[in-house]
Amino acid sequence: MTGFPTLLYKEVLRFRKVAFQTVAAPVLTALLYLLIFGQVMDQHVRIYESVSYTTFLVPGLVMMSVLQNAFANTSSSLIQSKMTGNLVFILLPPISYLEFFSAYVLAAVTRGVVVGAGVLLVTVPFVDLPVREVHWVLVFAMAGGAILGALGLIAAILADKIDQVSAFQNFLIMPLTFLSGVFYSVHSLPAFWQGVSHFNPVFYMIDGFRHGFFGVSDVDPGMSFAVVAGCLVAVSVLALTLLKSGYKLRY
Amino acid sequence: MAAIEVRQVSKRFGTLQALADVDLEISEGEFFGLLGPNGAGKTTLISVLAGLARADQGSVRGMGHDVMLDYRGARRALGVVPQELVFDPFFTVRETLRIQSGYFGLRNNDSWIDEVMASLDLTGKADVNMRALSGGMKRRVLVAQALVHKPPVIVLDEPTAGVDVELRQGMWQFMQRLNRDGHTIVLTTHYLEEAESMCTRIAMLKHGRVVALDSAANLVRRLHSLHLRVSLRSGEWPAGLEAVKSGDAHVVRLRDYEDVEPVLAALREAGCRIEEMELQQPDLEDVFLEIMRRE
Repeated sequence: MTGFPTLLYKEVLRFRKVAFQTVAAPVLTALLYLLIFGQVMDQHVRIYESVSYTTFLVPGLVMMSVLQNAFANTSSSLIQSKMTGNLVFILLPPISYLEFFSAYVLAAVTRGVVVGAGVLLVTVPFVDLPVREVHWVLVFAMAGGAILGALGLIAAILADKIDQVSAFQNFLIMPLTFLSGVFYSVHSLPAFWQGVSHFNPVFYMIDGFRHGFFGVSDVDPGMSFAVVAGCLVAVSVLALTLLKSGYKLRY
Repeated sequence: MAAIEVRQVSKRFGTLQALADVDLEISEGEFFGLLGPNGAGKTTLISVLAGLARADQGSVRGMGHDVMLDYRGARRALGVVPQELVFDPFFTVRETLRIQSGYFGLRNNDSWIDEVMASLDLTGKADVNMRALSGGMKRRVLVAQALVHKPPVIVLDEPTAGVDVELRQGMWQFMQRLNRDGHTIVLTTHYLEEAESMCTRIAMLKHGRVVALDSAANLVRRLHSLHLRVSLRSGEWPAGLEAVKSGDAHVVRLRDYEDVEPVLAALREAGCRIEEMELQQPDLEDVFLEIMRRE
C-alpha cells in the first residue's frame, strides 16, 4: 500500500472543500422532504403500529441521502478528473487498481455517512426515533454507500462526457432510490408492484436500514443483507475489472 | 543498466499506426531529445513509457523495471511532466505537491517540496489555489509534481510549449542542473536550436518510427552538406564546377572540409579572383527537414 491513504485523503478533502454543496445542500433537501411529506401525510398514513409516518420517513430519507451522495462523490470526482485531464496525477504514481477502487469507494461511503448523519441530526428533533438494532443501521449504511460508490465509479469510467453521468444518475439511480420504499412501505402497493419492488436492490438497503431503527421491516434483515452483500460483490467485481483493464482510463 | 529501454514497441489507434517497432535505449545521465513533427508518435511513446498507454506489442523498461510487470518500480523511477496544462482546481500548490508525494508513499516530504518550489520560483505561490495561477506558473507546478519523488529519470513532453522566453530559458537551465545532478532527462520539443545545444543524443520520429538516432553533431555531419558560398570579383565561373547560382554568388555543396581545396584550385586555374567567400554549416533544423523530406 503506498498511495491508498493519500488518495483517500485527497478524495475526502475534495468534498470537504466544497462542503456547502456536498453536505449542507443534500441535508437541506432531505429536511424539505420531511417537512412537506410529513406535514401532508402524517395524519393519513400509518405503516407500522406505534410508528408515525413522519418517524417512518426519517430512516428512509437518511438512507436515500447516503446512497445518492455516495454515488455523486465517486462519479463527479472521477468524471471531472477525466474531463480536465488531471486524472494523470493518479495514473502516473505506483497506485494499484485495488487501492484506486478502495480509496474512491471509501471516500464515497464517508461522504454518504456524513450527509446521512447530518440528515439524522436535523430531522431527529421532529420525531421520536428508536434505535432497536444499531448494527443493521451501520451495516446497511456502509454496504449501501459502498455499492452506490462503486456504481458511481463504473458510471464515470464508462462515460465520455459529464452529461452521460447525469443520465446515469437521473434515469437509473434516482428512480431506483425513489421507488425503493423511502416514502412508503411496499406492502401498501398492489401485488404486482410489490413483486417488482423486490427486484430493486435499493429496496433491501432501505428496508434493512429501517429495520435497525424500528426492529420491524417488510423483509427479514438477514435476507436483505444477503441481497445487498451479493450486489456489493457484483458491482465491486465489475468496477475492479474495468479498473484493472484500464478501460477508458489508460489507452 | 539503461535508464530507458524500449524494445520492438508498436501501438495502433484504430487505423493509425502510432508507433511501429520502436527500439530505443537511453543511458543513465543522458540528456535525450525526442524530435519529430506533430503526430509522429512522441507523446504516444512517452505515454507507453509512463504506463498511461499500453503497447500492443514489445516491452518498455524504466531503470530496469518493466512498465507493465513491475509498474510500481518503473513509476517510481520516472517523473513525467505531461504536455497538457492540467491541474486540480480544488487544491493549493503546496497541497498539490503534498498529495503527489503521498501517492508515491512519501510522508513528511516538506523539506524537499520547499526545495523544489524554491528552484522553480514557486515559493511565493505555495498557498495559492491552482486555479489562480498563470499558465507559466501552472507549468512549473507540473514540473514540481514530477520531481516530488526524486525520480532518476525525468520525462518532459514539450515542457516549453507556449511559455514565454524567460520561463523557457529558466526551464532549460533547471533541466541542465538536474542533469548535472545525475538525473537522466528525456524530452520532446519543437525548439531544435535548444535541443541541438543541450541534448547529448537525439532521436527523430516520423510516422511512429525512429528515423534517426545519434548525437546532434553526428546527425549534422551525416547530412554531408557544407555550403561554400563564393562571389567572384573577376573571371568566369568554370563550367566543370557544379554550383547553384544565388544572386551574384555561387553556392557549391561540399561533403567535407577537404573538398574546399579542389574548388579553390579549380577557380585559380580558371583565372578567377574571389571577392567574398563563406563556409555555411548546416544546423539541426536542416537535418530535421532533410530527414523528414527523405523518409
